[in-house]
Formats: sequence, C-alpha cells, structure tokens
Amino acid sequence: MSGGDKPAKVYALHLAVLAVLFTLNFVLPAYYHGLMARIMVLAVFAMGYNVLFGYAGLLSLGHAMFFAAGMYGTGLTIVHFGFSVPLAFVGGIACGAVLAFVIGLLALRTSGVAFMIVTMMFAQVFALSLIYFAGWTGGDQGLVIPQPARILNLGAAAFDLTDPTVRYMTALALFAAALFATLALVRSRHGRVLVAIRENEERTKMLGYDTFANKLAAVTVSGTISAAAGAAFALLFGYVGANFAGVQYSILPLLWVLLGGAATTLGPLLGTLVMYVVTDTASSFTSAWLLIVGVVLILLVLFFPKGILGTLRARWLGWLP
Amino acid sequence: MIDPLPMDPLLVTKGLTRRFGGLKAVDGVDFTLMPGEIRAVIGPNGAGKTTFVSMVCGRILPSAGMILFDGGDITDMPPHSRVRLGIAYTFQITSVFPNLSVYDNVALPVQRTLTDGRSRGAIHTGVLTALEKVGLADRAAMQAGQLAYGHQRLLEVAMGLALKPRLLILDEPTQGLSDAEIEDFVRLVRTVAEDATVLLIEHNMPLVMQLADRITVFDAGRVLAEGTPEQIRADAAVQAAYLGTGAGEAA
Repeated sequence: MSGGDKPAKVYALHLAVLAVLFTLNFVLPAYYHGLMARIMVLAVFAMGYNVLFGYAGLLSLGHAMFFAAGMYGTGLTIVHFGFSVPLAFVGGIACGAVLAFVIGLLALRTSGVAFMIVTMMFAQVFALSLIYFAGWTGGDQGLVIPQPARILNLGAAAFDLTDPTVRYMTALALFAAALFATLALVRSRHGRVLVAIRENEERTKMLGYDTFANKLAAVTVSGTISAAAGAAFALLFGYVGANFAGVQYSILPLLWVLLGGAATTLGPLLGTLVMYVVTDTASSFTSAWLLIVGVVLILLVLFFPKGILGTLRARWLGWLP
Repeated sequence: MIDPLPMDPLLVTKGLTRRFGGLKAVDGVDFTLMPGEIRAVIGPNGAGKTTFVSMVCGRILPSAGMILFDGGDITDMPPHSRVRLGIAYTFQITSVFPNLSVYDNVALPVQRTLTDGRSRGAIHTGVLTALEKVGLADRAAMQAGQLAYGHQRLLEVAMGLALKPRLLILDEPTQGLSDAEIEDFVRLVRTVAEDATVLLIEHNMPLVMQLADRITVFDAGRVLAEGTPEQIRADAAVQAAYLGTGAGEAA
C-alpha cells in the first residue's frame, strides 16, 4: 500500500496461517478441535468489527446486533420457513447487511462517544425485541436448529454440518474468505480512504472525499461480515440465542481486536485465540477465572497498547498489513 | 495589465458575509478572480482572509452572499464536491496525515482524480510526479510526521497539486520556511500557475510583491483595496491600514 509494500511476503504469511489452521484439523484432540472451529467463526466476527473500528476508526458498541441478525436471519428462516442451508445462510447475511446499512444511515449522524451510545442503544432495542417476540424467536431460551436441517446438499454430495471435520472445514473456509476479503479491502483505494478518515476526517473531506458515504460503506461491510459469522455460528453449532445479541457480545469483539491488534488483518484471529486460551486455562484451575482474564487484559493493555500484532508491526514488522 | 478581451471569471463572490456571533468576520465581500491569475490576499491578522477562503472551499458556510465557480453557483455545495470541481485548499496549519507514509498522503488525492478506475500503476506514477515537483520523491516511504517542518509544508502543497486543481488556494504556505525554501517555493508556484489559478494568503510582503499578478487587501472583513503590486504599494489607505503600521508583520 505504501512505499514499503511487500505483497509477496504478505500473501505468503496469510497462506501460511491458513495452512497451519488446516493442519490443526488433523492433530487437535476432540475438545480443542471443536473450540478451534468456534474460535475461527468468532474471529470472523472480530474481523468484521476490525474493518470499522481498526481501519475507519469508528468505535461501535452495538455489533452484537449484526452478529445476531445473521444468526437469527439464518435460524428463524430454517425453523419457520424450512429454508435450505445455503439459502438460510445468504438470508442471514442479507439481514445483517440491510440492518447495518440502515443503522449506519442513522448512527453516522453522530461521531465519537455519541456514536458509541447510539449503536449500543440500537443493539439494546434489537436484543429486547428478540425477547419480546418470544413466539417467533424462542425468547430467552432461544431455538435449537434440528440436526436434519443442518445438512448442506450440494448436488449429489451431502455435508453434515454437525460432523466435527465438516464443521471445522466450513469454519476454516469462511475464515479464509473473510481474511482475504479484509486483506483486499485494506490494500484497496477504499481502505486507504478509511484510514485517512480515521486519522483526520476534516482533511479527507478537503481532498474531495465524501466521508459520510465512505463511513456508511464501512459500517455496511463490517456489519455484513459480522452477520456472516453469526449465520455460520447458527448453522455449525445449531443454536440461536438472545444472549448473542446482548451487550457482552458487542464488547467481546472490541476486546479481541484490541488484544490482537486493531487495524491488522490477522489481529482479530490472534486476539480471539489468546482470549479463549487464557479463559480456558484459567477456568480449568479456579472458579475466579474472570479475575485472571482481567489481570491478563490489563497487563496486555499496559505493555502492548497497540495489541500484539500492532506492537510487532510498530517495532519490527513494518510490512504487516 | 488585464486582458482586454472579455473572459469569464473563474471565481466570483457577491456580498459574501460570515458572522461569528456579533462579529462580522467577512462583511459583504465582492470578489472576482480571472483564470490563470496569481492573486495574493493580504491584510492584518483577523482581517477575515482565512474565513473568506474557507467559505470559497466550503469548510465554513456563509451567513449571506453567493459564490460562483466557473459560472455555477456553489454556495451550498459540500466541500468534497467543490474539490471535485477543481478547488483545492492547503491548510494554514500543516495538516498532513502524520501517521501515514509520505506516499500514502499523496496517493489519497491522486486516486481521487483518477476516473479511469483501478490501476495501481496510474496511482504510482501520479504520486511520484507530484512528489518530484516538490522535491520529496526520495522520502516517499517516510512517515509524514517525521518530515522536517518545511518538508511537511511542501508535502501539503504536493497534496494540493495532486488534486490537479483549477483553483489552488494556499493559506500562508511559506510560514516557517527558510529563505532557501521560500525561493524553491516561488519557483513551484510559478510552475503551478501555468495550468491553474492561484489564490494565496501570505504575510511575506517581498514574496507577495514578487509573485502576485494582483493583490486584494482585506481589513476588518472588507476589501480595502485591490490592484497590481505597484498600485497597492502606492495606495495611501493601504499604507495607513497595513503596510505602514504593520511593518513588523511583513517580516
């Protein structure tokens, strides 16, 4: 993107990460195999969040609604309308895209702290609506997507998404698609404009850019990727629940991105992974695991304020995208 | 001095006014700028020069009056659309993107002007051309914030140039530059003026006298005088309001 552009190195690194994830399918024990599939799907959510927060510099506290829009868009169409897997998946993504566009139109009239509050309020409305329309959504209980509805029929072949290997590979495919989509985005001209808006919006306007339109595009792309993660989560893990629309799931992607490194393409995966490993390890030997997670987060913020990959990039690896 | 053939003005303002509370920062300014001119706007601090050009480029909306660019009314047009019409503004306070590379700073305006699409090569050529014009090509990979102050000013000008403007507004471009840098700058503005009209706010009087085709003098939000450098030098009102009393400012 800049004078220090090293595309060969960049693509080699991203392909190597995918190769490692592919290999893990064959070596991980059952428990970690399932966990890793979950981490990859949630990393896609974090990547969506990163487009808006890391690159465009807009801090949303309402991204759970986009994740949940994908999740419910997929789950409800399967349960109530008997949609097939691919149709429900596309439907879920479309729900998230439309919601993100509309929320963007409204919320982008504000900026800074007001933007955080407005997005959070919309997400609360969304979460409460899910509980209110319990007859459709299952309310607090959520809905379980029955196993027969989670079979992907492609011509003659049928893939059972409840099978661990199929589930892992599907999660990996989604992750790879999202990874290369964000990589292409941040290396594009539009990505350069988003970074410019983050750095100095006023100046960007005076270079002839409609910053509102660019930010709206960023919200929509970010919401769409988040919705894709939600839709995949519903299909792969068979559960649709209102807790995924709660404020916790708006803050988690922010933490994952901060931890891994905002505005880095691989940071969201790394942040999600590290957070899960720390949580998992801590909860295995103490019930006060949240305390340990908290301490780890404070240490990371103190010593790695740019996140893990952000710090590596600032110190040694200037070519990291 | 002025071309006797009828030529359409590039920029016209009619009764342009901006109030800040009770203060009229710009007060009923009628202003005409012909294509190809280098026009200097001078005046004491607080005379309304920056407010005036900010209304022309759209950063500030006028309280009253009208702005015409190339015959079209742009009074209510958002700033990014004015840039697309060909009005480029370089900031009084250096306003490059400090955390981006010099290359990316210039790539932003270059890619804005490219209408043919996606070619990375075209952006690359455009960036290097703009950087060579201001002599920063060898610093393309540096972070803009790490450039020396004078170089940041030049980068700012390069960003303006890269927009291929029809009207380039320079707000105190030589502030903080050394004498040698100012000489380079004068050469640069003359090159720019071959294809664009230049509107320059400047305090450095020798530079203004040397560079400008015409000078407009602002005082207390109004146009006090307008004319060639010789006419302005001889104008008694200007001497009283500005040159005579503001000698320290001309340094």
